[in-house]
Amino acid sequence: MAISKSEVEYIAKLARLKFTEEEIEAMSKELSKILDYVNKLNELDTENVEPTAHIVPIHNVFREDEVKPSMPREKVLMNAPFTEQGCFKVPKIIE
Amino acid sequence: MKYEAVIGLEVHAELLTDSKIFCGCSTKFGSEPNTQVCPVCLGLPGTLPVLNKKVVEYAVRAGLALNCTIANFSKMDRKNYFYPDLPKAYQISQYDLPLCSNGYIEIEVEGGTKRIGIKRIHIEEDAGKLLHEGTDGSLVDYNRAGVPLIEIVSEPDISTPEEAYQYLVKLKSILEYTEVSDCKMQEGSLRVDTNVSVRPVGTTDLGTKIELKNLNSFKAVQKALEYEIKRQIKVLEEGGTIVQETRRWNEAKGITEPMRTKEEAHDYRYFPEPDLVPIIVTEEWKEEIRKTLPEMPDAKRERFITQYGLPEYDAKVITSSKKMADFFEKCASNYHSPKIVSNWLMGEFARLLNDTGREIDEVPITPDMLIELLKLVDDNVISGSIAKTVFEEMFFTGKNPQIIVEEKGLRQIADEGELRRIVRKVIEENPKSVEDYKKGKEKALGFLVGQVMKETKGKANPQLTNQLLREELSK
Repeated sequence: MAISKSEVEYIAKLARLKFTEEEIEAMSKELSKILDYVNKLNELDTENVEPTAHIVPIHNVFREDEVKPSMPREKVLMNAPFTEQGCFKVPKIIE
Repeated sequence: MKYEAVIGLEVHAELLTDSKIFCGCSTKFGSEPNTQVCPVCLGLPGTLPVLNKKVVEYAVRAGLALNCTIANFSKMDRKNYFYPDLPKAYQISQYDLPLCSNGYIEIEVEGGTKRIGIKRIHIEEDAGKLLHEGTDGSLVDYNRAGVPLIEIVSEPDISTPEEAYQYLVKLKSILEYTEVSDCKMQEGSLRVDTNVSVRPVGTTDLGTKIELKNLNSFKAVQKALEYEIKRQIKVLEEGGTIVQETRRWNEAKGITEPMRTKEEAHDYRYFPEPDLVPIIVTEEWKEEIRKTLPEMPDAKRERFITQYGLPEYDAKVITSSKKMADFFEKCASNYHSPKIVSNWLMGEFARLLNDTGREIDEVPITPDMLIELLKLVDDNVISGSIAKTVFEEMFFTGKNPQIIVEEKGLRQIADEGELRRIVRKVIEENPKSVEDYKKGKEKALGFLVGQVMKETKGKANPQLTNQLLREELSK
């Protein structure tokens, strides 16, 4: 299963990653290999097997609707590179 | 060529839970930025979400009220995109197995009702809020991140902006009735996106659809759709093609314009959320939730017509809001004339609510206070027009009507001697009208009554005024 260079570029863009020409070249080969490897699973006959939603067979793990204390704001913003007016500050987003 | 529109609506409603969907942070609106956040809703490494049971119950309740099939087996998925309002860089939502599907709403159209399909309702977490004012960057407040939402997706069964409006009004009313959301558009607890395409009448292929955003009211949805449909038809008639895009409604200019979107690719790479286990809604659970459903608007409307003898129109207006309906019923069960109550609710009360942009439960008037006011009119303590003044005072101050009447000296003048004195004065001052009346012009009497009212600042008892005027004029 070949992954083209343009596909690598597209995936990188979605993941907000930047690569050099050489890296894209290498990535294209490596991703192809990985996919080939995983592709082996397609040999299995899954005709009568339900899709797996979760690997452990449990369901309905809930919490009750109760308010718990939140974090103090100093702690919330402690690791933020930039803050302003009690908010996280990010580069201007134009809507 | 004649064209028709195909419209779909996506409505996001915040659920009225106390805590967020996956953590115990409060969902309260309007708090200081970033004071209702914790490691879970901030998406810090090593945290695990746990689903709020009430979110499932509310979504199922909404689904049942909207005639949906409730999925026995449902799961959460990750929707991946990068945007600063989303701390984890993915939103936990539902993809291929939503909680509810295949429902419908019935709306009234000319000559009957029309059924608008509801494709699905799924649960998801809200994103944070971006603020752009007063800063050279953008500021992020994550209080809203993790507030539970239901997204209600209609089938493309809507063919006019008016139908879209009707659908939204009905949907809002049902969500309010089921008490799963407060549906306050001004606080963002109800948000609407719509998509629309046009095609020549008689064809079945769908045209290229345009998504519309920034719709801050149901009227804005209607106006934006009207504009957009005209725009698309014009493009096609001039031989152009519609390019798929997201456009924003510019309320000030009354036009739609292209906008830059969050994720150009619209490739969200959904996959099952490994941190959350599937949801199974058994028949028993579903039936238990069904029992919590209140009387729905259509049923209530019919009952108000039969039980209280309201005209169809009144019943429809009153039941469109559950709060209004509850208020009405509390009054009507303690007062002899339900119609007088509905007149007040649809008249003065609705006008003041509209003018102030407030909800019925946000003003200090109680049903008991309204009844007390109506009884003051019945007992001739105040006139109907003075009652409106008193009502307005009650609306803003929450004061008891009796107290307002005393404080402002609004008690009706029903004292014969006092009123006769004023009547004589008015007759003396208006010889022309008196002459007209004596010549047989009934209208002149109305003018004289008006003068008495003016003289008494509206406090004269109308019947007595009439009677005394006639007596004095026939002398």
